[in-house]
Amino acid sequence: MKIDNQLVSRLSQLAKLEFSAEAQEQIKSDLENILVFFEKINELPTEGIEPLVYMNEHHNVLRADSVKQLSDRDTLLKNAPFQDGEHILVPKVIDQEKS
Amino acid sequence: MSQSVGKYETVVGLEVHMQLQTKSKVFASDPAQFGADANQNTSYITMGHPGTLPLLNEKVLEYAVRLTLALGGKVNRSTGFDRKNYFYPDLPKGYQITQDRNPICLGGQLSIQTGGKSREIPIHHVHIEEDAGKSIHDQNDRFSLVDLNRAGVPLLELVTEPALNGAEEVDAFINGIRQLVQYLEICDGNLEEGSIRCDVNISLRERGAKKLGSKVEIKNMNSLRNIRRAIAFEEKRQAAMLDRGEEILQQTRSFDADRGSTFPLRSKEMAHDYRYFPEPDLQPVLISQEYIDKIESSLPELPWQLRRKYCSALGLSLYDAEVLTDDKKTARYFEELLETEVPAKAAANWVMGKVKSYLNEQQLSISDFPLSAARLASLIKLVEAGKVNQLTAQQQLLPALIADPEANAEELATTLNLIIEEDGNLASSTIKQVLDDFPDKVKAFKGGKKGLTGFFMGEVMKRSKGKIDPKSANKMLITELNKV
Repeated sequence: MKIDNQLVSRLSQLAKLEFSAEAQEQIKSDLENILVFFEKINELPTEGIEPLVYMNEHHNVLRADSVKQLSDRDTLLKNAPFQDGEHILVPKVIDQEKS
Repeated sequence: MSQSVGKYETVVGLEVHMQLQTKSKVFASDPAQFGADANQNTSYITMGHPGTLPLLNEKVLEYAVRLTLALGGKVNRSTGFDRKNYFYPDLPKGYQITQDRNPICLGGQLSIQTGGKSREIPIHHVHIEEDAGKSIHDQNDRFSLVDLNRAGVPLLELVTEPALNGAEEVDAFINGIRQLVQYLEICDGNLEEGSIRCDVNISLRERGAKKLGSKVEIKNMNSLRNIRRAIAFEEKRQAAMLDRGEEILQQTRSFDADRGSTFPLRSKEMAHDYRYFPEPDLQPVLISQEYIDKIESSLPELPWQLRRKYCSALGLSLYDAEVLTDDKKTARYFEELLETEVPAKAAANWVMGKVKSYLNEQQLSISDFPLSAARLASLIKLVEAGKVNQLTAQQQLLPALIADPEANAEELATTLNLIIEEDGNLASSTIKQVLDDFPDKVKAFKGGKKGLTGFFMGEVMKRSKGKIDPKSANKMLITELNKV
């Protein structure tokens, strides 16, 4: 698969990242190398083999439905770049959308 | 029954989000309740801090299996979670944990009634997911405010096949789901408060055509009225476009309740690419047959099972059965009345009649009705035994009993002098009095105005203050009238 400018631009949109023209060239070649690596892996015969998703055999790790307050608001809000003591403040997002 | 705009047929598929009534969130122990101050009910897990891990709430799994079994769906014995990736400020982790590959419920159906006909609406699947937080855009000039109390609240999303033909069926379906989740006690079913929210997918096709038209999705609807309005608007808009030979874009639109119209949010070229992949932080869930059996045996009687029972075993009309089973608490009250061995029809009439109108007047729910089923039963039994007449019981004894809910109905009726005189003397003397007082009416009756019986009867009941049995009094009146 060829990594072209269009694909890089789409990926950067999805990742909400911006790249300089220079960086974009670098990323193109990095991504191509990564894909070559995966193509290599893809050569292995995997027909009839279930994909391995989890690296261990655990299942049904559940918790009881009980309330426990793990942290308080003041502490949590400390990590927000902007906050008003109650809310996290973010740059205005109005995506043609009604509030 | 399919509704159409001219030559087109409307096809609707629904995505119904139900907020589960758990104490804590789906993957963290933060309180799941509404109404707290902003960001009080959140934690480093919900906010997705590095190194924190989600853990599935066992109640969420149980509730999902309950709904699956009630809908006759297949419980996915090997289920698990996936990440749906997108950026939005109220989605703290940058992804939503949901089920993409292996949803908990596969298939199933819900029966709906419209226009006296019953139809099974097939369900594609139901999956578990977490809710997002809330963004507030109108309180600050420069910033949007984010409240993460709702982030991580458990949801079940039910996806129907595109099988609903128009607003009437959509209405019936959503109502059926509301009723079902209330019976199952997994969601409060409150649309107004957003406990049930729907995305409505609408397309039109020429009547009889097999192929579905391009669909338009209307997001986040939480009122049946607005859903009806949005469908009506889209039917018109899409029909006009098809008539002009225009292509309908696959779009996400939003409904503007003030204007009664929909407007586009994003079209397909801009469609999100969610890049689902298996959630590595949550282990898969394997469900045993024993677990399914245990939940199956704990299911309550479901609304359609009660309706069948009321119609076939109790001989009630379908209408009565529907009213009585509309909400679980009313059905529960009615069941308690039946346990006292009051005749079913009488019990139904009281619950749907005087009890319901009292509750409506007072704006109460049946769980706040002052009279226990046993108390009401003792009053109904007085009427059934002919000791108090129906009207007196409704107009005088019931209010008296409501005012004094601990009183014994028969004692109260005696104190209030409402017990029917058994010997018939009062009836015959009252009838005689009435006939004496209206000689000209009696003359008219003899002259052929037979409709005056009602007038005489009314006078008799009024003067006897309801203390006589109307049936026997009516007979006596007719005998007397025929004698004069």
